[in-house]
Amino acid sequence: MFGALIIVFREVIEAGLIIGIVLAATRGISGRGHWVAAGVLLGTLGAGIVALFAEAIANAFEGSGQELLNASVLGAAVVMLMWHTVWMARHGREMAAEMAAVGAAVSAGKRPMTALVVVVGLAVLREGSEVVLFLYGIFAGGASGSSLFIGGVLGLAVGAAFTALTYYGLVSIPPRHIFTATTVLIALLAAGMAAQAVQYLDAAGVINVLSRQLWDSSPWLPQDGIIGHVLHTLIGYTDRPTELQLIAYLATLTAMAALAWLAAPTRARRVPA
Amino acid sequence: MRGFAVAILLAAVGMPSAQALAQEFNLVIRNHKFEPQELRVPAGKRVSIYVANEDVTPEEFESATLKVEKIIPGKSKGLVRIGPLAPGRYEFIGEFHADTAKGVIIAE
Repeated sequence: MFGALIIVFREVIEAGLIIGIVLAATRGISGRGHWVAAGVLLGTLGAGIVALFAEAIANAFEGSGQELLNASVLGAAVVMLMWHTVWMARHGREMAAEMAAVGAAVSAGKRPMTALVVVVGLAVLREGSEVVLFLYGIFAGGASGSSLFIGGVLGLAVGAAFTALTYYGLVSIPPRHIFTATTVLIALLAAGMAAQAVQYLDAAGVINVLSRQLWDSSPWLPQDGIIGHVLHTLIGYTDRPTELQLIAYLATLTAMAALAWLAAPTRARRVPA
Repeated sequence: MRGFAVAILLAAVGMPSAQALAQEFNLVIRNHKFEPQELRVPAGKRVSIYVANEDVTPEEFESATLKVEKIIPGKSKGLVRIGPLAPGRYEFIGEFHADTAKGVIIAE
């Protein structure tokens, strides 16, 4: 049972962190709970569909379908996070001013939640399909499954608790810093996703350049441990990165910073955050 | 993002010719164990490993050292592309049955 709990928990950490960050980044927007719930629901539905067609997906594109799907999902999430960053850079300041003046409710309905909902949905889809397959496997495995299944469900529960922990950790940041904090977190999140995406493209055999390993920090901070895994999601920590992964990571961070700077209204640029 | 688009496009029109040069190997998952548990592959080359899952349960072929994570549904086959590898031992597991599904790839 404990083994099943750990497997499921490990799979849901990533989606859990992302949901926690999105919830923190959208604090003060009325109805955001419904939006995020919709993202989770759509993602779960998508995960079921992906799991159902796992074999067909795996066999597509000369056996690289799964890797290409993962790379596409990650790529789409990166684009959504960029869109959100641009929007926030353009409107965030006026929104913050309004919130200070007449309370949080004013910003309700003005801000496009779509990008972040898609990010939540994609995260749940990607991680969720593995959980669905794992739990299905327990059923297909036969009689001894029930305690494993309980372990799996408990793993989901621990994952949800972890989401809450992320959220309350973030919202305990003083309000004047939370905007900067979530913007930086979202940029790092996107950079980590881009680095993961290029590794999937390498595994798919699409890109086979710059695949030399740069360092190996797995003895000190293994990526498959809990701390390494959390850092992997949060800031894109990789214990054995390839050259291409580092390039993708840095390029995404640079692009995020450049987009935020370009999108900011000129009068705002002179005022430091 | 342009590189990404190009990559998808490349995938759509067919794999680059480098694929044709990859050497092929076979692994079988039976009763949540890998057969063979030890696979010798050439170092410094792209390698394609066909993993046939003969169990009814899905399995996730996973290796931190090889940077591979691949779901292989029950009663189906999955292709794992790795390399070029430096000479050495690379351990892998079936994550869904990690206590029994273990193996090692030796690049030489």
